[in-house]
Amino acid sequence: MDPVLELRGITKRFPGVLANDHIDLTLEKGEIHALLGENGAGKTTLMNILYGLYDPDEGEVFVKGNKLEVNSPSDAIAAGIGMVHQHFMLVPVFTVTENVMLGYENLQPNGLLDRQTAAARIREISEQYHLEVDPDLYVKDLSVGAQQRVDIIKLLYREADIFILDEPTAVLTPQEVDELFTIMRKLVEKGKSIIFITHKLREVLEFADQITVIRGGKVVGSTTPQEADQRLLASMMVGRAVELNVDKKPADPKDAVLKVENLVALDDRDQLAIDGVSFEIRSGEILGIAGVQGNGQTELVRVLTGLAHPVDGEITLLGEDITGASPRKITELGTAHIPEDRQRDGLVLNFPIVDNLVLNTYYIEPNARGVLMQQDILLKTADDLINKFDVRTPNSVTTVGSLSGGNQQKVIVAREFSRPIKMLIASQPTRGLDVGSIEYIHHRLIEKRDAGVAVLLVSTELDEVMQLSDRIAVMFDGKIVGVLPAAEATKEQIGLLMAGVVSTAAEA
Amino acid sequence: MSEEKMQKTKAKEPKKKDAGKVFLSELSKSSTTVTILAIISGLILGGLLVALTTEEVYTAPSFGEGLKVALQAVWKTYEALFTGAIGTPSKIVAALQSGDAEAIRRAFNPFFESLVASTPYIFAGLAVALGFRVGLFNIGAEGQIFIGALCAVTAGIYLKGLPHIIHVPLSMLAGALGGALWGFIPGILKAKTGAHEVINSIMMNYIAFRLSEFFLTGLLKDPDKFIPVSAKIEESAMLTRFFAHPIRFHSGFFIALLMALLVYILLFKTTWGFELRTVGANMNAARYAGMNIVVNTVIAMSLSGALAGMAGANEVLGINHNLAVAFSSGYGFDAIALALIGKSHPFGVILAALLFGFLRNGAVQMQLTAGIPIDIISILQAFILAFIAAPAIIRTIYRLKEPDFEEAGVKLSGWGGN
Repeated sequence: MDPVLELRGITKRFPGVLANDHIDLTLEKGEIHALLGENGAGKTTLMNILYGLYDPDEGEVFVKGNKLEVNSPSDAIAAGIGMVHQHFMLVPVFTVTENVMLGYENLQPNGLLDRQTAAARIREISEQYHLEVDPDLYVKDLSVGAQQRVDIIKLLYREADIFILDEPTAVLTPQEVDELFTIMRKLVEKGKSIIFITHKLREVLEFADQITVIRGGKVVGSTTPQEADQRLLASMMVGRAVELNVDKKPADPKDAVLKVENLVALDDRDQLAIDGVSFEIRSGEILGIAGVQGNGQTELVRVLTGLAHPVDGEITLLGEDITGASPRKITELGTAHIPEDRQRDGLVLNFPIVDNLVLNTYYIEPNARGVLMQQDILLKTADDLINKFDVRTPNSVTTVGSLSGGNQQKVIVAREFSRPIKMLIASQPTRGLDVGSIEYIHHRLIEKRDAGVAVLLVSTELDEVMQLSDRIAVMFDGKIVGVLPAAEATKEQIGLLMAGVVSTAAEA
Repeated sequence: MSEEKMQKTKAKEPKKKDAGKVFLSELSKSSTTVTILAIISGLILGGLLVALTTEEVYTAPSFGEGLKVALQAVWKTYEALFTGAIGTPSKIVAALQSGDAEAIRRAFNPFFESLVASTPYIFAGLAVALGFRVGLFNIGAEGQIFIGALCAVTAGIYLKGLPHIIHVPLSMLAGALGGALWGFIPGILKAKTGAHEVINSIMMNYIAFRLSEFFLTGLLKDPDKFIPVSAKIEESAMLTRFFAHPIRFHSGFFIALLMALLVYILLFKTTWGFELRTVGANMNAARYAGMNIVVNTVIAMSLSGALAGMAGANEVLGINHNLAVAFSSGYGFDAIALALIGKSHPFGVILAALLFGFLRNGAVQMQLTAGIPIDIISILQAFILAFIAAPAIIRTIYRLKEPDFEEAGVKLSGWGGN
């Protein structure tokens, strides 16, 4: 029998980059096939080719033995290929039914939308696969896990056989991850096949039937969970032996740098996002904030850095009250901020590197004299920083937008670490980066801690928080539901706190 | 996938390159190349339009004859456009040979008249370009021009006994301040309440039009005239003309160039400009970097208004010497187009303004001698603009390479978005 899906010699070039280099991949019916690789290895490019978003330069795709021409997502859908994106493609103010129907509407004889039939079909699918989704609810009222299941229903509704899941676990709690894998098992039992894109080794080993590792656009090997272990997969992914654990000395915390008391703040839709949060961070320690995305971490960072103002509570930085202070004042007091969304907040993509390196110090001597920017000095400083922080770029006047994600992040790190700081707020500092860059950033964070900086690390990657932090605070629903010493914390314990299941008395 | 596309992608691969190839490849990626090709394409399409609307083409006895007639019509049109914009070479030679000063001036007049026509475009183009750089769409330049002219004329008429060297700058300043006020209002509304500057600057246009009519039919009206027109400004407030009649070329042109230089220095050499550009390129990053969005928005709209106000002042102090109803023929709206053509760069704006000035001035002659309606120039401008706004068309037609990373010179905030 022919495999469900076969990719033969897929090659895709971008200017200066070979994103996919003769990739072969075979997906058998009823198989969960993990596609493992670092960010930038070419996983997403490959899937976008399959989904008709890119044209390959070479190579062919076969579905059940027939050659497939995909020029657009609708061709892919017609061939039974469906994709669940990392960021769900849902309209929050529509109901589940309306979202599922969108782009695939069936009509009543009078030309109006036939919601009833669609809802009935969704109920049927939901029961068949144990998805537990009510078609009449609004998507905005659903949990993240349920929203993901709506995306899966969308594909089942369109009768897809081949599911591509792009980093599906990135936004889920550990418990929701387990639920997702139960659903995936259910899908393959019913004869569906799944390609599952990830860079998380643990998940691959637990849930895949077949593993294909790609690096630098090439398939570097195929294996099965039975044959492989984490260390082997990591070295295949990176191309060298990788230290999976971060080496660090025990912390030596000194005086409190940041004190937060009873903080209350709203998000940009005026909903309560932070609900009475108190903690302190001392010089020379890393406080990690764990939590599923959307539990108030973003707003916490925005309030601490002056980008949003709290409605209640008090923030003290180095003995000075900074509640409601401007970002500039907080920066000038010695705070560095690695923002969650580097392209949105941290960089001006169509400015050159040299300008981005002085984004918050452009007005200070020697960068400017009076109101005149000192271009010569800026260029020289930029060259130094590019060297010191190992930013890979042709020169300092290259626009930041043309750099890779890792190098963009290095530009931010270079900017924030090159001035004297006492407080570092790092939000998702390694999101979307390759293992090499992650190692580098982790190393720099520890270095700053050892130099006596107070570090607040916010990350939705539980592994990262556990590895780097000296203390871990878990946020759930706008509250800190527990603070644990990192040495004693277990993944299960934190996982349950993240899900809001148990709540220990918060003690900061 | 098409063969052709594959080759194109292959060509992108970095291989060993010699200097010439690198130059050609950079040229091919450059957005300036796109602009120039857009202008050429506009001219070609404009010619096609002329050919298609020439009646003789359809009544010609044979296809060859028809083609000949068409080409003749196009030639005649562009010849008239050229001589109208720059001058007739034979006339220039003859005038120079005759040595008659007035004849020489007349021969060169089309060229200078084009510069005169370009001057308000430079001011107004700078105004819109400055706004674009800060992510603001100042569609109110036209109204700011009217207010600028109104204030300049008032200063020109009512300040008496001042020396030329003081009266002219003072009147220009009055125009700039008037325009600045007209930009400040939508600016502060945007910054404080989030009201979109497009809506408010359009509304400010209407207020400006009616306000100038109000003054021209009342306080400012020249009592000796039947039509609503102001009195003449004092001689001391008139911009210097460098040549005798009929050349109207005046010092406003050089003031415009100076303003372009100042805007360039402001935007690209000072910390203020760094803030303005950052706010325009990424407002979130500007906020993150501690810049004050409110202040920068208000300053940008006011400066933009001031530049547009100077366009109005330039016209009344340099050319008209009084203010009439509807004295501006939409400079403020054309300015939006030419700011786009000039990539919102002060020097690009100068070039685009010259293009517009020469086209507009040449078109008058074209209408007289070739009988081609002046509107063809508007169509031509529209073609050029459409091509520049959709660079993909030009890149496809001329098989240009994609730029490595699109440098957005202009980034506008969306409706209601940030």
